[in-house]
Amino acid sequence: MTPVLDVRNLSTQFMTRRGVLKAVDDVSFTVGQREIVGLVGESGSGKSITGFSILGLVDPPGRVVSGQILFNGQDLLKMPPAAMRTIRGKRIAMIFQDPMMTLNPVLSVGTQMIETVQAHDRVSHTEARQRSRDALGLVGIPSPEERLDSYPHQFSGGMRQRVAIAIALLHRPDLIIADEPTTALDVTIQSQILFEIKRLATEFGMALIWISHDLGVVAALADRVMVMYAGRIVEAGQVDGVLTEPRHPYTSGLLSAIPAAVPRGEPLRPIPGFAPSPLSRPSGCAFRDRCVRATEICSTEPALEIAAGREFRCFHPHVERAA
Amino acid sequence: MTVFVIRRFLQSIAVLAVTAIIVFIGVYAIGDPAEMLIAPDASAAERAQVVASLGLDKPLWEQFGTFIWNALHGDLGRSFVFNRPSITLILERLPATLELTLFGLCLALIIGIPLGLISGLNPNTATDEVIMTGSILGFSLPSFWQGMMLIMIFSVWLGWLPSTGRGQVGELLGIHSSLFTLDGLKHLILPAINLSLFKVSLVIRLTRTGVRETMPLDFVKFARAKGLSENRIVFVHVFKNILIPLITVIGLELGSMLAFAVVTETIFAWPGIGKLLIDSIMRLDRPVVVAYLLVIVSLFIFINFVVDVLYSLVDPRVRIGEAS
Ligand SMILES: Nc1ncnc2c1ncn2[C@@H]1O[C@H](COP(=O)(O)OP(=O)(O)O)[C@@H](O)[C@H]1O
Ligand code: SF4
Ligand SMILES: [Mg+2]
Repeated sequence: MTPVLDVRNLSTQFMTRRGVLKAVDDVSFTVGQREIVGLVGESGSGKSITGFSILGLVDPPGRVVSGQILFNGQDLLKMPPAAMRTIRGKRIAMIFQDPMMTLNPVLSVGTQMIETVQAHDRVSHTEARQRSRDALGLVGIPSPEERLDSYPHQFSGGMRQRVAIAIALLHRPDLIIADEPTTALDVTIQSQILFEIKRLATEFGMALIWISHDLGVVAALADRVMVMYAGRIVEAGQVDGVLTEPRHPYTSGLLSAIPAAVPRGEPLRPIPGFAPSPLSRPSGCAFRDRCVRATEICSTEPALEIAAGREFRCFHPHVERAA
Repeated sequence: MTVFVIRRFLQSIAVLAVTAIIVFIGVYAIGDPAEMLIAPDASAAERAQVVASLGLDKPLWEQFGTFIWNALHGDLGRSFVFNRPSITLILERLPATLELTLFGLCLALIIGIPLGLISGLNPNTATDEVIMTGSILGFSLPSFWQGMMLIMIFSVWLGWLPSTGRGQVGELLGIHSSLFTLDGLKHLILPAINLSLFKVSLVIRLTRTGVRETMPLDFVKFARAKGLSENRIVFVHVFKNILIPLITVIGLELGSMLAFAVVTETIFAWPGIGKLLIDSIMRLDRPVVVAYLLVIVSLFIFINFVVDVLYSLVDPRVRIGEAS
């Protein structure tokens, strides 16, 4: 079965005054049909820009400089803007991080939903409104008919995120990119939204890229996980495997920093140091000044190794436990 | 909404009352109109008779009492010069000023908004630079100088447009205005441009800043992610947000345009209340000055009220916030 999304050697850069900033650096991955893929990494590692690159929404001075983004076999990077617009919101939808900022404050929720329906389908206002109302109902917003006439400021953060999800669902896209959709929300609401999105993705057979800085969230949700560091994917594989047997030192570092993954009684050990400034990353493996396993060779570029459905970039990976 | 209207109404009355006091004291403390009106060779008896007939011999507080009492009956005094009710003089000329001001405002919006949008959507391009440089000129060249240049170029050199007075007034649906005759329009164009140039610059800058501040916001990116057309994003999502500051500032500026009409009307001999004011000040025609000020203050209050209502129509956070 061909994957929904096949990203090959994607590089996105920002031409800043202080130099070229490699936000996404030679990233390749696929997302299968109905697959839920987690994209994990610290803040600034390039997760959002990866998502925006797929949708062609990188703002200047940023630019996708190379690669291919095959969506159902078609390269989105070669698509003219008008055709790209018919993909956005229709075949690929995105949910943003901060629900307080994603809805236009001066337009009613109904307007913002109806326009989304009518941007892609030539339907009457009444029908568009009906579809919008149904979508609101689907994501668990009470009395959706009345809520269509409400404005964003009349909703709580969690409810606004539900509205954003409803908008993403309007056209039953093949792929939803959810960019840390729960990060800005209360913990209790986080798990509700998490559950809701997973349910809907499964129900409608949509593929999902779930971006998060929290491995724990991804563990609960995803089939596969990709770990991103300094613009690169440093490890990828099935969730179970990656979480129980990380090969890359950065992944194991992330794991020993989350409570759920550390055996009771053992201390949490956050990764020492900070991610390098994206303008002055060390040559070779960008993780090397924080890595306990680093040696001289790490100042050269580690190649991508692929073994047993696992990919990683490291000269000294953790050894595989004997099966 | 009703509570809001009533509250605003009471506030307005208070403002008017205070204005009346300040205006009266201010105006009546300056100069002696008798000096201007009475011939230097008049006898003392003639002199006393004129002073008495104008009520200028009474104590100030009594003059004020009479003034307020009469004002409440719609009588703001008779012009010393024209010997007609001053409020009638003002109201006769008000349409000319309102026409000039509103037409100028429309010009400012019609020219300023598109240029501001172009500038804001193409920042730091040559087009943007040209528009912004133009707007700096509009800001910094004095209004009377701009007016004289307009007359020089379009009336004297090119001979396209008349430079003084109001043209023929036409009627449409019971409204009398220069807009409805070609001659009227020709006379209106230069003064209106003169009055609006500064505001054009202001509208350009406001719109440009609004676009620049709104475009990077998340909801614009989200609108793109929904697959909306660029037109819909700019003219609905971005523009509706820009309207909020635009309405606020335009409302305030409409007042200042009414005030600045004094300069423009003087340059172009436009028969509005601004020119009447200047003439009346020169002749110490107190009742007209007082009537002018009270009418202008009432207009200010009315404009502010309209702005508040418009504001709440555009911004749901204001409208619905009040209700709940
Ligand atoms: N508009 C921009 N201008 C310059 N640099 C940017 C811009 N947006 C993002 N970046 C840089 O790109 C890198 C990746 O950002 P992002 O994808 O947002 O990270 P995250 O993984 O937290 O989502 C960061 O180093 C950030 O500084
Ligand atoms: S390549 Fe070297 S520095 Fe990089 S993660 Fe592996 S061991 Fe550490
Ligand atoms: Mg991000």
